[in-house]
Amino acid sequence: MQDRTNDFAIKIATVNGTGSASANTLLMKSIFRSGIPVMGKNYFPSNIQGLPTWYEIRVSRDGYVARSGSIDLMVAMNAETYARDVREVASGGYLLYDSTWPRSTVFNRGDVTILGVPLAKLCNENFDGLRTRILMKNICYAGVLAALLNLDLGRIRELLAETYAKKPKLVDSNMLAIDLGYKYAKQHFTCPLPIKVEKLAQTADHIMIDGNTAAGLGCLYAGATVAAWYPITPSTSLMDAFKGFADKWRVDPATGKKNFAFIQAEDELAAIGMVLGASWNGARAFTATSGPGLSLMGEFIGLAYYAEVPAVIFDVQRVGPSTGMPTRTQQCDILSAAYASHGDTKHVLLLPRDPEECFYFARDAFDLAERLQTPVMVLSDLDIGMNDWMCPDLKWDDAYQPDRGKVLSAEELATLEKFYRYLDSDSDGIPYRTLPGVHPKGAYFTRGSGHTQYGSYTEDSVEYQLVLDRLVRKFKTAKSLVPRPVVDANPRVDIGLVAYGSSDGAVREARDILQSRGVPVNYLRVRAFPFGEEVEQFLEKHRLVFVVDQNRDAQMRSLLTLETRVEKAKLRSLLHYSGLPISSEFIVQGVLAEVGEGVRVVGVNA
Amino acid sequence: MTFMTKPKVRHPSLPKNSLGLTRRDYEGSMSTLCAGCGHDSITAAIIEACWGLALEPQNLVKLSGIGCSSKTTAYFVGGGHGFNSVHGRMPSIAMGANAANRDLTYLGVSGDGDTLSIGLGQFCHAIRRNLNMLYIIENNGVYGLTKGQFSASADVGTQAKKGEVNRQPPIDPVLLALTLGAPFVARSFSGDKAQLVPLLQAGMRHRGFALIDILSPCVTFNDHEGSTKSYAYTREHYDAAVNADFIPFAREITADYSAGESLPIVMHDGSRIILKKIAPDYDPTDRIAAMAQIQAGMRKQEFLTGMLYLGRGDREFHDLNDMPLTPLNSIPYAQLSPGSRSLDKILARFR
Repeated sequence: MQDRTNDFAIKIATVNGTGSASANTLLMKSIFRSGIPVMGKNYFPSNIQGLPTWYEIRVSRDGYVARSGSIDLMVAMNAETYARDVREVASGGYLLYDSTWPRSTVFNRGDVTILGVPLAKLCNENFDGLRTRILMKNICYAGVLAALLNLDLGRIRELLAETYAKKPKLVDSNMLAIDLGYKYAKQHFTCPLPIKVEKLAQTADHIMIDGNTAAGLGCLYAGATVAAWYPITPSTSLMDAFKGFADKWRVDPATGKKNFAFIQAEDELAAIGMVLGASWNGARAFTATSGPGLSLMGEFIGLAYYAEVPAVIFDVQRVGPSTGMPTRTQQCDILSAAYASHGDTKHVLLLPRDPEECFYFARDAFDLAERLQTPVMVLSDLDIGMNDWMCPDLKWDDAYQPDRGKVLSAEELATLEKFYRYLDSDSDGIPYRTLPGVHPKGAYFTRGSGHTQYGSYTEDSVEYQLVLDRLVRKFKTAKSLVPRPVVDANPRVDIGLVAYGSSDGAVREARDILQSRGVPVNYLRVRAFPFGEEVEQFLEKHRLVFVVDQNRDAQMRSLLTLETRVEKAKLRSLLHYSGLPISSEFIVQGVLAEVGEGVRVVGVNA
Repeated sequence: MTFMTKPKVRHPSLPKNSLGLTRRDYEGSMSTLCAGCGHDSITAAIIEACWGLALEPQNLVKLSGIGCSSKTTAYFVGGGHGFNSVHGRMPSIAMGANAANRDLTYLGVSGDGDTLSIGLGQFCHAIRRNLNMLYIIENNGVYGLTKGQFSASADVGTQAKKGEVNRQPPIDPVLLALTLGAPFVARSFSGDKAQLVPLLQAGMRHRGFALIDILSPCVTFNDHEGSTKSYAYTREHYDAAVNADFIPFAREITADYSAGESLPIVMHDGSRIILKKIAPDYDPTDRIAAMAQIQAGMRKQEFLTGMLYLGRGDREFHDLNDMPLTPLNSIPYAQLSPGSRSLDKILARFR
């Protein structure tokens, strides 16, 4: 039998608002601190209290960070979802539930071991108060799991002590709940199960962090001073993180004054307007939003493109269209971001794969926005933004200096005979700009209406086209400045796979599985738009290219066909748009269906 | 047309301000508005006001949205920095720009369509934040560029050029601003330069949000009989309640203000606004009383004008947010990044 030590997935079904998040974090972090690579994903409702919620923990000695697509142990704490939860367990797996109320008829699967623990009964006997009993019931299942999975109780106590450093009494009550579950499991079941944890040393120099926090931290380090936003799930925690860091690290110790402006706007229209106003005036400014907010920002994004004003926008994508499913993940804003706003517009996109890249791309986004004088959008998603990911320690180079781009100083302006805002003096498509109040010669008029390369109003066809064509040259320059794709290719393999963003973890695991089944696949991870020459070459060199998109309409595949020389016919789409993070199994199945057993063809319309 | 350079006519005897600049130096490009447009008179008043204040042109930020009024920022102080943004969203640009550099003078020019319809939300929220700017509305009751539709400031019973009568009540920016807590609220008329210029000067020097609603007739679409925003109707129903004189910090008060009728108000930079009561019962320092009197006037179809309300001691955006005196855009990067050593401390939470 296959060794399942440090290689399994569990899922915990609870009701939101019952404190299960603490229990789940406790479980995940105790595994992480035992040196074992772990993934935690939260599938929560757009609701405050009372609806079903799930948490999936995958333990992977090989360091895979994506969903495997299979569940070995289900903790069923929500009677409302018992039926579907039991269906999801893999054959040979386990289901743990609160047997205070036995439900033998619901759990009638012969190939799954049902483990009943009277959690409510145990907690009612040991704790007082309704709320406490509900909360402790969740901590109690963590105790059961500690026994079943061989978790380190010392680690659990250490984590509880950190969490409740200011309320030591809670450490004791939580530990009591852990012990109740732990002892019950030890007495009634063979512990540990074959799916179990053994200490490793693979998480040193790593952290568990969510992408929104990492991006907020990146903004702090990049020197952003103006943050304007309107609350929207799942981007809100990015702004919360920035504010939390700034309140601590950006307050002048002598005066107590805040070296930043944090503005909760009246809507997304105003949020992006504030970003433009601040960037135009020489501050590093940003906003964070999600699909509906990005739609609202369209008009101003077009102004920023045409009037050439820097702006940094984090779009933490969620399921669309319309309000969609606000707490579920997708990569569905690729096209609407790339071509946001009316008229001929194209925008620079950065596509981080995980929180680590959210941190570094936040820094890069400001450098690019100011260098290119244009909006730069960082397209994260709910999976990256709101789930904790295991990442290498974030590093900061103290030699870093922000690239403020071509901004003329008072001294430079003084030597100029006359300043013209939109002239391509350096033949790279990027003009020079000035900031208000710096020098009398720097004055110019910023407008979204037709303008000449000298900055004045025009309705003249030739003058208008000169500026529009230069913007194309500027976008070409952007190709050489944006993060390059990551390529892992064997020259003898003629099947390629293109993916981006949060699909990366699943793709990397899928490639290993495919390789083991005799189907090697080369890989290019797109990290930015516009695409550079490396993307062109990868597409050219492969006979068949799979494009992994977490959306229905194959948006990246569309963008590749529009913006590269690739023949459309050789691109195959693997489309995952259920709202859950993509799994490695999904990619393996998709590729094998096309090139392996040939069971079915996966295409846009399949 | 705006892309025509206005010829510079200089005369050695033109008066100069303390910077050595003449009024000509505060002009912009040629206006493209209709001959006789009220907005052009306001442009002239702004030029006069800026020259009189001896503003460094490059320190003036001129902000606008979309519409006839919004075009005018190109027609004055060509040496200032203009930002003609999108319809109704000038306040957010002003907010961001002001947050980045508190040291400049922010003048927003909007219209009744730009402010009271598409931009109503942003207008209200700029007041809520007490954004330090002068916001003027060039109010003519119609959409000019799209040829004469009623705006949200059109009075009940006013008649459009093609005969349609408006039945929806107007949104009055002055009453709205007073309700929302604006610290400086004034109304004037494009045809009354003597009243308008000191108001503009006071508004630019005032710390916090200053609103001047300026009745500014549209000669093409709203200057006919039956319109309540025509030149003739405005002159007839316009009633100055409190006028203001603006005295910059360094200047002596030379005019004679009789006691009881004038009230000097010292501003944060030491300059003074002398409020001169025209209507004896009007108290421009009492928000509630001012609102009542303005509404009573409206019932009689009289538009009270002048410095209608002036509050004291208001904290503007930077004060409300504990921000430093140094503009954010000039804080050195070294003071903004916590550095690599702090990063280790920050990451401890995530282990």
